[in-house]
Amino acid sequence: MKRYSAFAIAKEAFRHQLGWERAWRSPEPKPEYEVIIVGAGGHGLATAYYLGKNHGITNIAILEKNWLGGGNTGRNTTIIRSNYLQDASAAIYEKARSLYETLSQDLNYNVMFSPRGVAMLAQTHHEVRGYRRTARANAIQGVETEFIGSEQVKALCPIINVDGPRFPVLGALWQPRGGTARHDAVAWGYARACSDMGMDIIQNCAVTAVRRTGGTVTGVETTRGAVGCRKLGIVVAGHSGVLAAMAGFRLPVESVALQALVSEPVKPCMDIVVMANTVHGYMSQSDKGELVIGGGADGFNNYTQRGSFHHVEETVRALVETFPIISRLRMLRQWAGIVDMTGDRSPILSKTPLENCFINCGWGTGGFKAIPGSGWAMAELMAKGEPGPLAAPFGLDRFREGRFIDESVAAGVAH
Amino acid sequence: MLILTCPCCGAEADETELASGGEAHIQRQGPESTDAAFEAYLFQRKNPSGVHFERWRHAFGCGKWFHAARCTRTLEVFGTYTAQSLKPPKWILDRIRKRRPDWAGPLP
Repeated sequence: MKRYSAFAIAKEAFRHQLGWERAWRSPEPKPEYEVIIVGAGGHGLATAYYLGKNHGITNIAILEKNWLGGGNTGRNTTIIRSNYLQDASAAIYEKARSLYETLSQDLNYNVMFSPRGVAMLAQTHHEVRGYRRTARANAIQGVETEFIGSEQVKALCPIINVDGPRFPVLGALWQPRGGTARHDAVAWGYARACSDMGMDIIQNCAVTAVRRTGGTVTGVETTRGAVGCRKLGIVVAGHSGVLAAMAGFRLPVESVALQALVSEPVKPCMDIVVMANTVHGYMSQSDKGELVIGGGADGFNNYTQRGSFHHVEETVRALVETFPIISRLRMLRQWAGIVDMTGDRSPILSKTPLENCFINCGWGTGGFKAIPGSGWAMAELMAKGEPGPLAAPFGLDRFREGRFIDESVAAGVAH
Repeated sequence: MLILTCPCCGAEADETELASGGEAHIQRQGPESTDAAFEAYLFQRKNPSGVHFERWRHAFGCGKWFHAARCTRTLEVFGTYTAQSLKPPKWILDRIRKRRPDWAGPLP
């Protein structure tokens, strides 16, 4: 792999940019691999990357139904934060956030990580209490957050109206080291690094069946032929239920559409990420100047990836009260991604009833921020066959044992 | 936008008027059941990409519960039927098979 550097740019400038090579290969599937990862989104590619980097396993195929990074990795609002309440969540999300800090150098690919700070607005007294509690929990967990008052919120983001009639801003949970990253670049950077280690990324290759002998996985059948493997990792977010059905088990997961929208580009007006969970809206400004807005999820099972206008209306209506400046902005695009929701709103990183088959799913509405940590923990689980300390609390058995990691209310995340 | 006809009051209601009650026809488990059966009852869901049977409530209308059969991939609605059904009625299965000849039937 040719390294990207200032020197490389200068060199290419003198030869009409003809020396650049493709970032990753597009090979034909081989008949057999040691590990198959289903799903070439951020989590799948990160799993493969850390299998290679941390555990020396590179005989890997990553199978993707459509194109790489075209699912939720390319549809989210790119927010990175780790201000969760429960210890298990804080550990894995903080691992991910800290890996993001050096990901560009690690991958030799600019993922444009921008630790601009994330403010989660407290707009009810209940939220004030909740976020004060989270700030204290984070202090014990070693996650740097603080509860700030409304005048500090106004100073950080002057376009916020802190005296709204319905939802005044009473304060915020502020994580200065949170921020955003370029979502496509995260997938592309991991893909390039995986391909460089000799792994095969096979796009337009949908898995149609899981092959098993007895209770052990032996491979998959795909639209491009059968591929054998010793270990299988299912990392397909919204379609986890479909893959689990092929592998012969059922998940505590339901898939719904979560949508987002962007405005027309405007001059820089906010340099932090603001989440307003009471009104189900969050907003940041992209480098192009568009305001990136995330909304709520549909309340019913849905695989359509298209969202609905009344959710757009609800989200925008609520945000206009908090940000009156956006009332004249036109919205350019809206879209939806299919997110896999668990009952306790925490992910599943687990062994499955099928031997040598592992699953990483249930990230729900907040998977992007977790990509490096999720890949790190999933790689450890797949390489050793047993979960490490990061993944251990997130096993499927927690539902049977009633050992939930309840983030549905605790984190106050917009679900 | 998803539009369902409430079989109780006959009104055509869109999704803003309805509340989803999740998967239908789940067999309730009691104190005598095994841990596995109880876990399945509480948490495990079919979550199909395709034909799905669900419970809905006409929340901002007549307020009554009912069942609906629809496709989660296209939002196509096959029909709605009364909440007093332990399984999908034959007429609705026939209608789905007519529109989706390759459908394998309700998941067990």
